[in-house]
Amino acid sequence: MKGFTTFRRLVFAAALVPAAALTYGAFTNNLTANPIDYITDITGLTALTFLTLSLTVTPLRRLTGRNELIKLRRMLGLFAFFYACLHLSTWVVLDWFFDFASMTSDVVERPFITLGMVTFLLLLPLAVTSTAGMIRRLGKRWQQLHRLVYVAAITAVVHFWWVVKADFREPRLWAVALSVLLGFRAWWTLRTRLPSRS
Amino acid sequence: MLIRKPTDIPFSEVTPQSLYLRRREFFQAAASGALAAATVLAPRGAGAQTGPKLPNVRKTPYGQGERLNSYADVTGYNNFYEFGTGKEDPAANAKDFTGRPWTIKVDGRVKNAGDHDIDSFIKPYALEERIYRLRCVEGWSMVIPWVGIPLADVINRLEPEPGARFVEFTTLNDARRMPGLNVPVLRWPYVEGLRMDEAMNPLSILAVGVYGEALPGQNGAPIRLVVPWKYGFKSTKSIVRIRFTDSEPRNSWQVSAPREYGFYANVNPEVDHPRWSQATERRLGEFRRRPTEMFNGYGDQVARMYAGMDLRKNF
Repeated sequence: MKGFTTFRRLVFAAALVPAAALTYGAFTNNLTANPIDYITDITGLTALTFLTLSLTVTPLRRLTGRNELIKLRRMLGLFAFFYACLHLSTWVVLDWFFDFASMTSDVVERPFITLGMVTFLLLLPLAVTSTAGMIRRLGKRWQQLHRLVYVAAITAVVHFWWVVKADFREPRLWAVALSVLLGFRAWWTLRTRLPSRS
Repeated sequence: MLIRKPTDIPFSEVTPQSLYLRRREFFQAAASGALAAATVLAPRGAGAQTGPKLPNVRKTPYGQGERLNSYADVTGYNNFYEFGTGKEDPAANAKDFTGRPWTIKVDGRVKNAGDHDIDSFIKPYALEERIYRLRCVEGWSMVIPWVGIPLADVINRLEPEPGARFVEFTTLNDARRMPGLNVPVLRWPYVEGLRMDEAMNPLSILAVGVYGEALPGQNGAPIRLVVPWKYGFKSTKSIVRIRFTDSEPRNSWQVSAPREYGFYANVNPEVDHPRWSQATERRLGEFRRRPTEMFNGYGDQVARMYAGMDLRKNF
């Protein structure tokens, strides 16, 4: 148990590395010639990384039988939301500098931006209801609500796919990872619900 | 030939100092990230220029008064998929690339067809410096001091036949020297093209240098096209073939996504990319987006070539 607490702390520290690296890069003027695009890319990718990692917890738990892994899930999900907030604020502050008229028309007219915004709005209630008190208060409905994370993960990958010009290797990789993680759940559900043949 | 005087820089090109100051105020007001953010947007250092200067480069009035992007930015951040699809891949992967020896094959409907060695190919022409704005189809832009020769002079000397209505340019397709070619993100070799009148326009140049030095590999050594009123992808790099043809060349980006990229690819704030707006751009080194200008601000010199054309259809 003690070992797992240390592990959790290490994961927490590791999750702060991308933000620290961006901050360091900003101070040392080392974020490429186009820092705003670079920050946008890194925060978005990191958000997607944590969102995907949070979806690996349940399959890993089922496969390894190590139930303490569940203690990582909220932290990973909240880091996904943290980086999604940075991603969105980069767009609002650095990219458009509060030009709400242009941002609104982008959300309405550009499907990839629409999906980015949808993803954020899906993650928002999940982050808000992540406290112990909310989990208690919502009871069974908490789990139903938090199934929205599957939708958010799909919209996040499509959001990434639609922004790419020609090199689809990276979004394809995320799509494959997500398919495996969602596929595992479908398979597990079928396996446990259907009567066993043996 | 009629040499048109390049347009003066409109006042809209100049970044208002008030905006610049506002940016600083804004960041100073922010708490701990303030210094970091201000540093992000500060112009990066001029960078190391290491090569020997190209001799006898004639200055021209083109782009005088524009604030140049630094050598580090111009040579460290660009798209050149033959060297990888990341913006900093070309600089990293073209380190050992050399543009000598180099042969340019000229063929198609042209009198002086044949293989031309790069040095004898450019020898007849005086080198000129042309400071041009470059607008990438992705929505960022730079100001770059190219060194090159007018494409029209080259074409006149090659003597196209009357049936030559288009010029097609092909980039080197050698995966041993260009690792990005191992990945089929586009149909290789990279092909681009211009209508003959576009190619003969005084703005069109073949560049062999930048910032007074020979072109580095990542910028298209040893010779590349520069057509500043079109999106950057039209300006074919590391040219190995120039073909004169009677039919419109199928350029690589059009082949890759015909709904998104056409043959003309003129900079046009009113015709959006299907997925994003082209109304504004970010000049690298600046904080606020600036409005994109029709034909990238070169309308005086090029607009009449497209008179009567539907630029929405011919995007």
